Order: sequence, then structure tokens, then C-alpha cells
Amino acid sequence: MNETLQTTPTPAEKAPRRGIRWSMVLLWAAMLAILAVLAWGLINTTAARPEVGQVAPDFGVEFFDGYEWDTLPVANLSDMRGKPVVLNFWASWCVECRYETDTLEQAWLKYRDDGVVFLGVAYADVEPNSIAYMKEFGVSFPHAPDLGTDISQEYEITGVPETFFIDKDGVIRHVQIGAVDQQMLDTLIPQMLAD
Amino acid sequence: MADVYVNVPLKVQTLLNKDLYVTKIRKKSRLRWLFLALLLVLLPAGVYAQDDPITDDEVNAVAKDVYCPVCESTPLDVCPTAACADWRELIRTKLAEGQSRDEILEYFARQYGDGVLSNPPRRGASLIVLWVLPILGVLAGLLLFGWLLRGMRKPAPEAPAAPVSRPKAATGDPELDDYIARIEKEVGE
Repeated sequence: MNETLQTTPTPAEKAPRRGIRWSMVLLWAAMLAILAVLAWGLINTTAARPEVGQVAPDFGVEFFDGYEWDTLPVANLSDMRGKPVVLNFWASWCVECRYETDTLEQAWLKYRDDGVVFLGVAYADVEPNSIAYMKEFGVSFPHAPDLGTDISQEYEITGVPETFFIDKDGVIRHVQIGAVDQQMLDTLIPQMLAD
Repeated sequence: MADVYVNVPLKVQTLLNKDLYVTKIRKKSRLRWLFLALLLVLLPAGVYAQDDPITDDEVNAVAKDVYCPVCESTPLDVCPTAACADWRELIRTKLAEGQSRDEILEYFARQYGDGVLSNPPRRGASLIVLWVLPILGVLAGLLLFGWLLRGMRKPAPEAPAAPVSRPKAATGDPELDDYIARIEKEVGE
């Protein structure tokens, strides 16, 4: 005897199926996208500049013609790990930079054999003017333009000149807003070398 | 002098004035040489003057769409800082080299980032933030507006009407009763 099993439809099954309201899906997707971008913008604007004790953000540079680091025309900050780095932001139009350029060059000549890296980054500068400036001061340590102003944005510099002293582990040890002087360099660099 | 030629045949006049003609030709020749010499003197000056033919207006036509990162909210054409002055000179140089406005703006975007342009190129984050999102926002707003409007127009669901009890027609004629019943049914529907 064959029995046919009949299933009774539940009330939910009986209810007519509503189609997907694509307009509502689009509405919610748009809302979420706008909220996501607003949140992203908020995070970006509240991102603090790298401070003393924090690891210095990594970046890549392409040196000016005639300049190099470790015979390389391009380099990343992370390549310099294990050596103290004096990262100096400057510009040819910056008057205060003129007070420190020679001091930095002398310090570079003094400490380069100890493995200290000096890295100049030209901020918002016109390349021929940067080159003329470096020639004027006879600067020999590695210099690179801040292409796309990416590095200065990453470090949230307040202006030029500004110098970050980064130790062998890549940690920022001091930030100098304004021109550096010989005494400061002779105090901070030996400390970074000793650690 | 005009009296000399009175009653003298034309051929004779010509012969008599030969020296005068020669003098005139020499004068013309001297003038030509003088003109040529003047041209040779002035030509280099003209060429020299063409070394810097770019006017401030031409420079500012490009500069007004560029913002120097040093003074973010001031367009380059009116910014008084030294950095912006250097940038304006760079624009002048590039215009003198024959570069177009678009080429110069592209150079600035590449060198200093898209953020220096008043009208950033439609790519990457700029494309999303400045173009896609506003369009999505407007769409979302329209949909929301339409949805709310539809909700306002939709009539409230009516309560089911209570069945009207009417006395059944009883005419005594079954055919007529049937007819009246059908009419009442149709009217009721």
C-alpha cells in the first residue's frame, strides 16, 4: 500500500515571497560607502605625527643626480636600519635652512665614517633650485626630492627646516623643529651611536 | 631748376639730368644699405626679447589652478611666499619651453602630488572621494526621498466593510427575485 506523504505548508511558506528591493539595497550600499569614507577621512585627519619613541615611518627616495647612498640611486629608510639616521627636511626657498646646511655638512663629514646616515629631503622645492642650493653650499651627503610630498605628509612636518633623529632600531629619538646647531648634533649623534 | 627745362626736348632733358638720376639711384642704394644695417642691429635685440615672451597673465592662467603645499588654501597666482614665487617661475620656464597647460599640471601632480591641483585628476582616491561618492550620495538621497514620498501617498488600509444586511427581495416571482439578487450582488461587489 502506497501512502503518499503530503506536507502541509507552513504559514511562512504560504506567504507570498517578496522580491529583492534593489532600490533599498542600493540605498544602503550608498549609505555604507559614504560612512566608510567619512570614517577613513576622520582617521586620516586625526592621525598623529610620528613622535619621539615611535618607529619612524618607512619611505623610499630617489636621490638627486650625483647623489647616492651606499652606491644606490634609490633607497628606503628601512635599508638604513642598524645605522643612526639624521633625516633633514629643507627647501631652497627656506631662509632658516641656510643657517644649518653648512653645520649638517660638517657633521656628516665628521660622523660618516662612524656609520651615521645623513639624508636631506627637499620639500615642495623646484628641482633646479634645489640643485643650485646644494652646489652653493657644497653639500655632499645624500639628498632627494620629496616626490608627491609623500614623505613630508607621512611625517606631518610643520615646516622647514625640520630634522628627525632616528636611532639604529628605526626609533625616533628627537625631533628638531627649526634649525639644528653643532652642539645638538654633537650631543645626539654620539648618543645614538652608543646605544 | 624747373626753368632750365623750358623748351628743351625730353631726350635732351634726360641727358642733361643723367647726373641727377645717378645721384638719386645712389641715394636709394644708400637708404637700402642703411635699412639693412638697421635690420642687422635690431634683429638680435628682437631675438633676445623673444627669450622671455611669457607674460604674468599666461603664468597666472596656469598658476590659479595650483595650490602650493606650503600655503594650502591660497592659489599659486596670488600666494606671496617665496616657495610659490619659485613655482610660478617654474611654470614660466615650462611655458617658454613650449609645454602645454595640461603637461605642466601633470608635472606638478607627479612632482608634488595630486593634492596641489585645484581639480585633481580622476584616478585613485580622488576618483572615489570626489566623483563616485557624491554621485552615490545624490542617488541615495533621491531614493530616500522617493521612498518617503511613496510612504506619504500610500492610503491607510481600509477596515473591511461590514456586510450590509438587506432584506431579501421577495416579489413572489422567482425569476424577478433571482434578478434582483444578482443586481444586489453586483452592486455589493
